[in-house]
Amino acid sequence: MISQFFILSSKGDPLIYKDFRGDCGGSDVAEIFYRKVTELPGDQPPVVMVHHKGHHFVHIRHFSLYLVVTTAGCVSPFILLELLSRLVTLLNDYCGSISEKTLSLNVALVYELLDEVLDYGYIQTTSTEMLRNFIQTEAVVSKPFNLFELSSVGLFGAETQQSKVAPSSAASRPVTTVRSDQSHKNEVFLDVVERLSVLIGSNGSLLKVDVQGEIRLKSFLPSCSEMRIGLTEEFCVGKSELRGYGPGVRVDEVSFHGSIRLDEFESHRILRLQPSQGELTIMRYQLSDDLPSPLPFRLFPSVQWDHGLGRLQVYLKLRCDLPPKSQALHVKLHLPLPRGVVSLSQDLSSPEQKAELGEGVLLWDLPRVQGGSQLCGLFQMDVPGLPDPPSPAPPLGLGPASLSFELPRYTCSGLQVRFLRLTAPGTPDNTVPNTWVRHLSHSDTYVIRI
Amino acid sequence: MPYLGSEDVVKELKKALCNPHIQADRPRYRNVIQRVIRHMTQGVDMSSIFMEMVKASATVDIVQKKLVYLYMCTYAPLKPDLALLAINTLCKDCSDPNPMVRGLALRSMCGLRMPGVQEYIQQPILNGLRDKASYVRRVAVLGCAKMYNLHGDSEVDGALVNELYSLLRDQDPIVVVNCLRALEEILKHEGGVVINKPIAHHLLNRMPDLDQWGQAEVLGFLLRYQPRSEEELFAILNLLDSSLQSSSPAVVMAATKLFLVLAKEFPHVQTDVLVRVKGPLLTACSSESRELCFAALCHVRRILRSLPGHFSSHYKKFFCSYSEPHYIKLQKVEVLCELVNDENVQQVLEELRDYCTDVSADLAQAAIFAIGGIARTYTDQCVQILTELLVLRQEHITSAVVQTFRNLVWLCPQCTEAVCRALPGCEENIQDSEGKQALIWLLGVHGETIPNAPYVLEDFVESVKAETFPAVKMELLTALLRLFLSRPAECQDMLGRLLYYCIEEEKDMAVRDRGLFYYRLLLTGIDEVKRILCSPKSDPSLGLLEDQAERPVSSWVSEFNTLVPMYSKACWAAISSLQVSESRGLEAMGTGVLSTSGSLVSENKEELQPLSDSGSFLLVPNGQLTAEQFEKTWLSLEVAHQEVLPWQGVAHPDTIQTALQMVNIQPIALSKAGVQPWKAYLSAQDGAGCLFLTELLLDPEHSQVHLSVKQSQDKTEALNSFISVLKTVIGTIVDIKS
Repeated sequence: MISQFFILSSKGDPLIYKDFRGDCGGSDVAEIFYRKVTELPGDQPPVVMVHHKGHHFVHIRHFSLYLVVTTAGCVSPFILLELLSRLVTLLNDYCGSISEKTLSLNVALVYELLDEVLDYGYIQTTSTEMLRNFIQTEAVVSKPFNLFELSSVGLFGAETQQSKVAPSSAASRPVTTVRSDQSHKNEVFLDVVERLSVLIGSNGSLLKVDVQGEIRLKSFLPSCSEMRIGLTEEFCVGKSELRGYGPGVRVDEVSFHGSIRLDEFESHRILRLQPSQGELTIMRYQLSDDLPSPLPFRLFPSVQWDHGLGRLQVYLKLRCDLPPKSQALHVKLHLPLPRGVVSLSQDLSSPEQKAELGEGVLLWDLPRVQGGSQLCGLFQMDVPGLPDPPSPAPPLGLGPASLSFELPRYTCSGLQVRFLRLTAPGTPDNTVPNTWVRHLSHSDTYVIRI
Repeated sequence: MPYLGSEDVVKELKKALCNPHIQADRPRYRNVIQRVIRHMTQGVDMSSIFMEMVKASATVDIVQKKLVYLYMCTYAPLKPDLALLAINTLCKDCSDPNPMVRGLALRSMCGLRMPGVQEYIQQPILNGLRDKASYVRRVAVLGCAKMYNLHGDSEVDGALVNELYSLLRDQDPIVVVNCLRALEEILKHEGGVVINKPIAHHLLNRMPDLDQWGQAEVLGFLLRYQPRSEEELFAILNLLDSSLQSSSPAVVMAATKLFLVLAKEFPHVQTDVLVRVKGPLLTACSSESRELCFAALCHVRRILRSLPGHFSSHYKKFFCSYSEPHYIKLQKVEVLCELVNDENVQQVLEELRDYCTDVSADLAQAAIFAIGGIARTYTDQCVQILTELLVLRQEHITSAVVQTFRNLVWLCPQCTEAVCRALPGCEENIQDSEGKQALIWLLGVHGETIPNAPYVLEDFVESVKAETFPAVKMELLTALLRLFLSRPAECQDMLGRLLYYCIEEEKDMAVRDRGLFYYRLLLTGIDEVKRILCSPKSDPSLGLLEDQAERPVSSWVSEFNTLVPMYSKACWAAISSLQVSESRGLEAMGTGVLSTSGSLVSENKEELQPLSDSGSFLLVPNGQLTAEQFEKTWLSLEVAHQEVLPWQGVAHPDTIQTALQMVNIQPIALSKAGVQPWKAYLSAQDGAGCLFLTELLLDPEHSQVHLSVKQSQDKTEALNSFISVLKTVIGTIVDIKS
């Protein structure tokens, strides 16, 4: 059971505070927590911390916010952590994407939600659909900064039947504002998102590949019509299953949300469900070690160290192995440098790239990389003040390089959504709902040793 | 917005709440109340407008009602008399036709944490339990727990408990789970809710209707149920099979725990279950939520204790990623260190070596220590890697490597030679206390095989004045003395200088004493020094002590899926010792209040209680009895019990007195030591006011002590308990002496 719940801003101000049981001290608890979490020594894990008299703090961080519960022991940490992440999703559903600002605009709504989700510290229900009956307040949406919106359109480029582009902020609206906003009434977003974590050794050998995939649905449809989602027919689960004649799309493990009906999954790879309003993770899957397609990026570094002059020369060649039609966006290369590097001179292969020295790192920014292209950069750095005599080996602290990027309209596993059908579009005014199917891969960690 | 101090804010809001124009304008009224709530959240004391807020609760606007009730629940303990005014509105709302209003009112009413509210909430709760809307029943069931907790020492209401048990059959799944929770709280002094066979099977059948939270909690409650037969056990496990496949980690972990506990007699079932949760656990370990990932890693480490090879084929999942926070990386390094086997050791070591040069010194050191852990099994490879790291000449790396070496030569003597070859040159790159101590220790113990050992130590001796850590100086003293024994010619002069410095100039007492000790030791002759200082140089058997050999699953299963694995070992030990002392303190206070004499029971009795093995029998200290009173009482009473106990040697009154006072037996008079015949008179009093007077008479010829006890009230049971306490004490004294 949970004694208290509170949300703190990054500066430690309580945005929301609710005491469920009154057995765990007063409202200064937020202050105690903030002091503890900021003063924690580096080697101590922050997730769980002792409060007093057998009470513990358990918290998660969501961007800069802290979501904290205090609890008397004997509770499963998994329940608490899952609840906290669920609350984030719920608040996102109801207030739009949560931040300090949206929370303070929607104080009443958040308290109303908390009241229904938790009673006396016990979880009652967290289903968006069920809670809707009890929530009376309407969300106040803060208008996001315009420039930000512009820059993020490309970030989540959408692919649709009508070849319209949904603005990226569309999916971060609260589900409840649909009442007032007629034009957005009938929309369904289906996202296939894959996180890629890769580790490439210094000799170019692949040490680890891991793909964590998710199919997420965000539905704004008010009524529960049945939805059918068709996946790639060659989709196989496990090492041994065979389907179709091609190489197929193979994943190691799949888990589905409890509400998915799988009767057509075996035969036609169709998922059936009755979506409720709000966000739902339909399916999670993972795949490790053998990818069907080549890795999106290869890096060929060469390092020269002139120990007489104390000059480090790094030549990086980045090859993008995506199919020629695809492209990678927001590619950023992050290369830690030896301590004491001062100047940087660069020679880049195209003008839109940028490179600069961060705090002990080299940042190479490539806004757009077309599939099949090759980009290179030559960087020269001075490392003064090394111990005398400078050793012939390059100074310590160079590498490994890590890449971050987004691959719109591309999945590393090859999984695609063939179709998304609503069998009974039961909207009152009989308009056809807009369905947006989007595919995206992005890097979780993509590390190349040097 | 103009800046306002908190008093001004309160004043302004109060004015706004009283303003009839605002009261008439619903959105504006609600807005003002929202502002009150916002200030309350920020910690401003808003209790002074309680009256105005109570008035605001009489409205048809349900959002406003919710806000006002939230306010009232927060401040009711501060303003109990004003809160009573709101009860009327709340009671009225409890019979509103709208179930949402009924539920809200009931929940808020039970949430008013103030004395005296029970009499108002009892009836609404009882009505609520029979409400036709499940929403109200859910609230009412938890309301029972709230009511009970408000009224701490009240008797458990049997009728209410029965009603709750029968509500376990409610068709609403949340009502069912709430019933379990409420019963658990109400019956916590009797061991919580009872899960018998019909209830267990009923819950198992309802599992599919519950949501993930309900499932996870019910699985926790089912831990209590012990199936009667093997058949039943396997039937239950079959029913729960799908929970292991749930997409919610909380359900999977709860199910795993239940399986492990139920199948404690069947180790192969336990292993099988752990194999099946491997997938979900690994998924959680690479989850997007860092915190969940951390929790999963902690649990993986628990499993590895029993099944060291369990995750070996998935070692790549535990490689650190660049962007992960520090605490996850440290956990992963620990896991990697635990799952090495012949097949993956090469890859794991390569990976760990890469972390050794990480920019974060903490991670680098952790990786080096992890390699040191692996070195116990794969010594040669690891020592080579560690030696290569020394070339980098980085302070934190060298220090950690040398510390690892020190531990390693102690446990794996076969690597001593390689370590000794690697040591020269390290001293230039070590600055911290731990590293210096390790290096000095190694030079002292294995100095005869390191050619330049005396010269390195000499440098330390030269700079001893500037040394800031006393521990390093102590280590230096010991090491130099040891080295002196094997290489006297090179060391004699500097040992003299060091001893002189430590004795004459050193300000730290411990170091000075150590110096003096060695100086005096040297005066006794070189053979004596050798005998004392030349202990064995390694002891592989120590590794077994420290090494966690495979432990059975049952050793950690009770902690599985709790917060315990999430804390580091040391941290948890600190927490639990704190809790123990706190609960002891509380217990002592509790008994103190209960004891009739009104005086506090000394805490010592806690420690001696197991000795006396008399749970309910307590002796309380009574200092009032003087020698004259004792004599009077002694003469007026009959001997209730006589016994002869074995005894050896002379009696030491001090020992006896202390021992007896530990159990609250007061010595009234004792003979001096060695006096013949030796006699002692003792008095004690139990919680019920019964006096025990005792005479001890020593009979040295037969090695016996005669014991006669008199009692002020005729209670055999208490007498027997008293005598057993007394016998234990006398037995203990005899044991100490012999």
